[in-house]
Amino acid sequence: MLGLGKYIIFSLFSIFFSISSFSETRKFNIGKIATKQEVAGWDIDIRPDGLGAPKGSGNAISGEEVYAERCASCHGDFGEGIDRWPELVGGSGTLSSHDPVKTTGSYWPYASTIYDYVYRSMPFGEAQSLTYDETYKIVAYLLNMNDIIDEDFILSNENIGKIKMPNRNGFLLPDPRPDVKNLNGNPCMKNCNTPTKIIGKARDIDVTPEDEKS
Amino acid sequence: MAKEKKDIISRRSVIKASVGLGALGLSSKTLLAKEANNKNLPPNIPEWTQTLGDGVDVNPYGMPSEFESNVIRRNVEWLTASAESSVNFTPLQDLEGIVTPNGLCFERHHSGTAIINPIDYRLMINGLVDREMIFTLDDLKRFPQVNKFYFLECAANGGMEWKGSQLNGCQYTFGMVHNVQYTGVRLSDLIQETGLNNNAKWVLAEGSDSSGMTRSIPIEKIKDDCIIAWAMNGEALRPEQGYPIRLVVPGWEGNMWVKWLRRIEFGDKPYMTREETSKYTDLLSDGKARMFTWVMDAKSVITSPCPEKPVLQKGIHQIRGLAWSGRGKIKRVDVSLDGGKNWKTAQLHSPVLEKSLTRFTIPFEWNGEEMLLQSRAIDETNYVQPTIKELQNIRGVNSIYHNNSIATWLISKNGKVDNVRLG
Repeated sequence: MLGLGKYIIFSLFSIFFSISSFSETRKFNIGKIATKQEVAGWDIDIRPDGLGAPKGSGNAISGEEVYAERCASCHGDFGEGIDRWPELVGGSGTLSSHDPVKTTGSYWPYASTIYDYVYRSMPFGEAQSLTYDETYKIVAYLLNMNDIIDEDFILSNENIGKIKMPNRNGFLLPDPRPDVKNLNGNPCMKNCNTPTKIIGKARDIDVTPEDEKS
Repeated sequence: MAKEKKDIISRRSVIKASVGLGALGLSSKTLLAKEANNKNLPPNIPEWTQTLGDGVDVNPYGMPSEFESNVIRRNVEWLTASAESSVNFTPLQDLEGIVTPNGLCFERHHSGTAIINPIDYRLMINGLVDREMIFTLDDLKRFPQVNKFYFLECAANGGMEWKGSQLNGCQYTFGMVHNVQYTGVRLSDLIQETGLNNNAKWVLAEGSDSSGMTRSIPIEKIKDDCIIAWAMNGEALRPEQGYPIRLVVPGWEGNMWVKWLRRIEFGDKPYMTREETSKYTDLLSDGKARMFTWVMDAKSVITSPCPEKPVLQKGIHQIRGLAWSGRGKIKRVDVSLDGGKNWKTAQLHSPVLEKSLTRFTIPFEWNGEEMLLQSRAIDETNYVQPTIKELQNIRGVNSIYHNNSIATWLISKNGKVDNVRLG
């Protein structure tokens, strides 16, 4: 009895203490505290190191079927892309060419990004409808199609942060701009040495949309 | 008698309105007859001078004149796979001053426009904060308010022009920019409510549309000038601009200004989302790509004359244009009529605000000769807007993003104007 009373008094004290400490640190006292469940329902991002990856797994063998059902109608059976929908596979060695092909295999630096994006945004128009396991399966299928993992490799929340992507070191930081000649605000004003020959006209390319004519 | 007259007027108004709608698909040439109707010109008295117009109950929300129906956002159908994941362009060639009307602000969505009832709106702040919190729209409006003009430019504005002149229009080559006055609360004030862990170095901003748009933003920028906005140009955000709440990241690329903002997470590292790795990275000619290229460098464009605004008469005209910089205020704009050989400094019109569109004008005389019009912005950091050649020399032609180079409009002898590339 005495013990319980002590507990109640202690609880009241801690509630009072916590409320008063809130009003001291919260300048405006606006908004409500989010519950763990509320945060869990919306906090779906995962980071390159795998932080935030939900428990689940899948390999490329099981991924082929999920991919065929949920992804292939836009991205093609082999990730080649249909119409103007993005290709997801291939492009290795093209980044410095005149026609770079930027796919999950040739360009994306982190496997986590594929998981994060597929889960939050795909299939197009049916976002967040895949299960965690289905998402791991699709990502494993894409990684396998890009020759990054074997078809029986089981991709999971434990190892998605450790996948080494081919273009992992293809990105430059920090931003070097302004990267053009520094003119200190005083560019040439008269008789400047600049080419003025017309070497191209948009009209000749003829891809500009035209308003409907009556 | 009076009642009868009112009915006639109403019927006439209806007919007029339907003609206006029917004409929406028609070109401006059809709509704006080149030849004026003589019976409306002096000394004759036009019909509108002798009859009653619409009453105050006809247009509870006012719309532009039916004769302005060609002033619209336009898109380039072949650019994207679907209209829900696409972009349209602001008709800069038809705008004056620095304010973009809300209905003309270009749109860029990745999964279409989300429709959100503000009663159901919640902003969650979680991660490395003292208190993970949820705010309603009413909650957010109780914080101290700011009202600021800022330009928003897509990093891919002009992206089709890296290799050569491709699209023949001011709208299609420069129209992924708009400029409105935002009303909202500073993120620095919201942080005071949640408290911040010392390890919090990055923010993940997340949209609630079905693309779940996410971008990482460094904490310094968040504390400096980022705003959570619910209004543009004095009224609630338009649905296509993120109603009821969007993030405002002044001077930085538009993709970061997350619309339909639902969550802000604080972390100790960047999140490397799809939008900051596979997209919005600048591929150089050696196959390496720049990452986190956030600032929009100084840029300018002549909005008239331009391909959509030919020169119709000889004599004096006003060159009109816009200039902006993500690094601060525009300090000066120069204009050339001869492809960059000789320059004159244009007049800047107030207000000249930081990270906002700035209007410039300069008169010129056209006597039927060919001219090569260019404008060149200089910002308060003394950065000078570069030529495309200067950018290509450093970045190659595969960048897509951050083309802030000087454009050239050719005025032909017949007054037509073309987007051309000099070399």
